[in-house]
This record gives sequence, C-alpha cells and structure tokens, in this order.
Amino acid sequence: MKFTEDHEWLRIEGDLVVVGITEHASTQLGDVVFVELPEVGTMVAAGDEIVVIESVKAASDIAAPLDGEIVEINEAIVDEPSKVNADPLGEAWFFKMKVDDLSLLDQFMDEDEYKDLVD
Amino acid sequence: MSELLHLPLEALHVELGAKMVPFAGYSMPVQYGLGVMKEHLHTRAAAGLFDVSHMGQVILRGADYQAVAQAFEALVPVDVAGLGLNRQRYGYFTNQAGGIEDDLMLANRGDHLFVVINAACKDADIALMRAGLPAGVTLEVIEDRALLALQGPLAEDVLAGLNPAVRAMRFMDVADLDLAGATCWVSRSGYTGEDGYEISVPADAAEDLARALLSDERVEAIGLGARDSLRLEAGLCLYGHDIDAHTSPIEVGLGWAIQKVRRTGGARAGGFPGAARILSELDGKAPRARVGLLPEGRAPMREGVELFTTAEGGHPIGRVTSGGFGPTVGAPVAMGLVARDHATVGTQLYGEVRGKRLPVTVVTLPFTPANFKR
Repeated sequence: MKFTEDHEWLRIEGDLVVVGITEHASTQLGDVVFVELPEVGTMVAAGDEIVVIESVKAASDIAAPLDGEIVEINEAIVDEPSKVNADPLGEAWFFKMKVDDLSLLDQFMDEDEYKDLVD
Repeated sequence: MSELLHLPLEALHVELGAKMVPFAGYSMPVQYGLGVMKEHLHTRAAAGLFDVSHMGQVILRGADYQAVAQAFEALVPVDVAGLGLNRQRYGYFTNQAGGIEDDLMLANRGDHLFVVINAACKDADIALMRAGLPAGVTLEVIEDRALLALQGPLAEDVLAGLNPAVRAMRFMDVADLDLAGATCWVSRSGYTGEDGYEISVPADAAEDLARALLSDERVEAIGLGARDSLRLEAGLCLYGHDIDAHTSPIEVGLGWAIQKVRRTGGARAGGFPGAARILSELDGKAPRARVGLLPEGRAPMREGVELFTTAEGGHPIGRVTSGGFGPTVGAPVAMGLVARDHATVGTQLYGEVRGKRLPVTVVTLPFTPANFKR
C-alpha cells in the first residue's frame, strides 16, 4: 500500500488502483456525514479535486492521485458516510481508477514514510 | 494577533483528550475522544458538561437593583426593571442602526445585576456598558470564576447528587448554591435546547466541581463542536453568524425578548439604541426573516451558502447563516436570513453548494423541541 501527502492510500488490485483515505485523515475529519464521488468513466488528471467529504465540522476535497479514468466508485459510503470513520482502510474505499502505468505509484510514500509524516 | 488566553480547566481538557483550538482568543476544547456526533447525541440523551469559561461575566451595582436595572434599560430593549428577584432573562445590546451588538443573559441578583456576554464581544460590550451607564453604576468584570454548563435530560438528577436544591429551580431561576465545596452561582438555563444549568464557580474550585460531575457515568465532557450543532438544532442564534450589528432583532425572530413594557404603548417604551427601527419592525414590517432550512439531500449547507427561488438563474434572496449536520435530526439542518416574501414555512428554495443549486425547504424552528423545565 502507498500513501500520498494528502492522506490518501493507494492499493493495486489487478490493473487498477484503489483509493481511500487514511485512518489519520478520517480521525482528523471527524464524523463524516456526506460523500460525493466522481462519475464512473470520468477522465481525471492528478490533482483534480474529484471527491467531496463533509464531516460535522467542515467540507474537504480529495484530489485524484494520478492521471487516469474512474472505473468504479463505492456507493456504500455515499449511502452510509459513517463507514469512512468505521473502516477507512477497508470497506470505505472511495474509487478505483485505471492509470497508464502502475509503476507511477513508486513516487508515493510507503507505510513507514507515511507514519513519519503524521506522527 | 495577541497571545492565546488560557482558562482554568485547560489542563483537565487536555487530560480528557480534548482537541484544543483557538476560539475568540481563547484555547478551547472543540471535541473530546467521543467526537462531535456522539457528544451531541449524549447531551440529548443524558448529560453533557461544557466549559464556557471564555464567556464574560459582569456584575453591575448601583444604589439598588432598580437603579442599575433602569440604567441598563438604556442599552437593551428588555424589561430589566421588572425582572423578578433571582430570575434570569435573555436579551441583547442594540445599536443606533437597530442592529445587535451582542446577545446576553441578565439576572436580578437582588443587590446587583449579573450579566453573561459572548467571549468574542467581551471587550466591546464592556466598553459599551462603561460608556452607556451613568457614574452611579459600577461595573465589575469577574475574572476569577469559571463558567460550566451541565446540559441534558439527566442534568437535574446529576446535579441534585451534589445539591438537591437544584431540583426546585425552574427554567431561568438563579440561586447561590454550594456545589462540591464551593459557593456557585447557578442558573437553570443553557444554550442547547435541553434542560440544564449554567454554573459560575470560583476558578480554584472549578476543577474539583468538573471532576465531581464527570465522575458520574451519566456525564460526558462536550466540546464546542457539539455545542454548535446542539444550538443550531434548537434554533438558537449564534452572534457573528445568525445575528450581528446589521441584523435587527425583529428580522431574526428575537422580538419575543422585548417585553410589552418596552414596546410602543408600554410604560417604558423605547429608550434603547435603534428603538425607532426595532419597534416599527415589530408591526411585521421587517424586510427579512430568519428561517429554518431543511436541505433535501445529504449535503450540508453551511454558513454563506446563497439561497435562490429557482434552480437556475435569478438573484439570491437570502443566505444560510448557520448550517451543518444535525445529529439528532440525522440530516443536514440550517438557518438562514431570507427576504420576507420567501419566508413562509413550506417554501421551496435552492442553496448553491459548490456551483450546484440544491433544493431546500423553509421549515419551522426549532428542529428539535425544547426540553426546558418551565
């Protein structure tokens, strides 16, 4: 698993990249009450703000970590946003995207590096 | 920016796992380990302990209570002179334009008037009182007392464990009571829509009292985050958001705080800043109205969201002044200020959130019924 400075986690699943937010991010956000996901088929560029998360405290955006196409979204977290707090690393993934080259993930932090960032 | 001020219970908050944030110049607990949602729900179900020591506590003295009260009526549209002994009342300072300078609680304590004001307005309020009160009235800012609020349906049972006399108090009664070894100024009031008490306690006894209350398993420490969502669901105004120097008390629905004696035709009608506008708006002429707003979807509509009558085009007819998620309602809730023509309950409006017009309905306030012991 890889981690971005924006507190996303990235996991390779076949030829796709699964994206979610870290435990640290979900704790910082507080109780999540609303999630808006991009539409399947959207072509995104790295840095595009494609997800809106609202907690009881505030609204925040999540950016696409890489260029690519959104191929699947997790409707379960739209229906039940509290899953993002309950299981951010598992059940509450956000979207799956197809990228040009999976080796692009090498630019991101591994778990130890990410832990250094948030501790 | 001046240095952050620290209050008597800061170490306790940190020990309890609070996330401390700057608020109105003070380091304050915004939430504890439970988080805003659970803290909110716990307060509605049991009892929550809030530290509101950042608020200003002021004592005004004169020849007697009547002398102080009548002088104070030059600053507020409230019946201060007619307030019963050991009774408290909500009010607000008005300005010449008919706007609100701050909202406050005032209590008749027999030989003095006790006033509680908002933290962010404290300095301005004190200046306003010093400038507006005659030389015969002295103003003492209380710096050596903390202010706690115990709120929720079990607040009475919990506090009665420390002093059974609290049971006899009605909503807005005030009394000096011994709690955990200290003489406290207790009022049966709060700002959550729940029954409860506000307790002014000597700073050096505040931690003992807070620990005594928290040792009761029915009590949880509650931060400012849940305080905000609780007061929003209760339809209560937050100064600087729903009300400010430009909103008249009438358009924001606070005319009820102006008793008959201060209205046109009353024995002490007017005589407060902005009386001409405020009293004329009491006849239903306020151009805007504060309304409850229930967004149809799940997306919260927060402060500043502009409101429209149509899904496309047109000009805004109002805006959201407080908004977020209502944990008890289980959905987003908001309050807004809209043109009077669009303030009727049931009116469909649209709030523009991230460029999209989302449907929202004008509803009756509060979102959750008040639970006071009247």
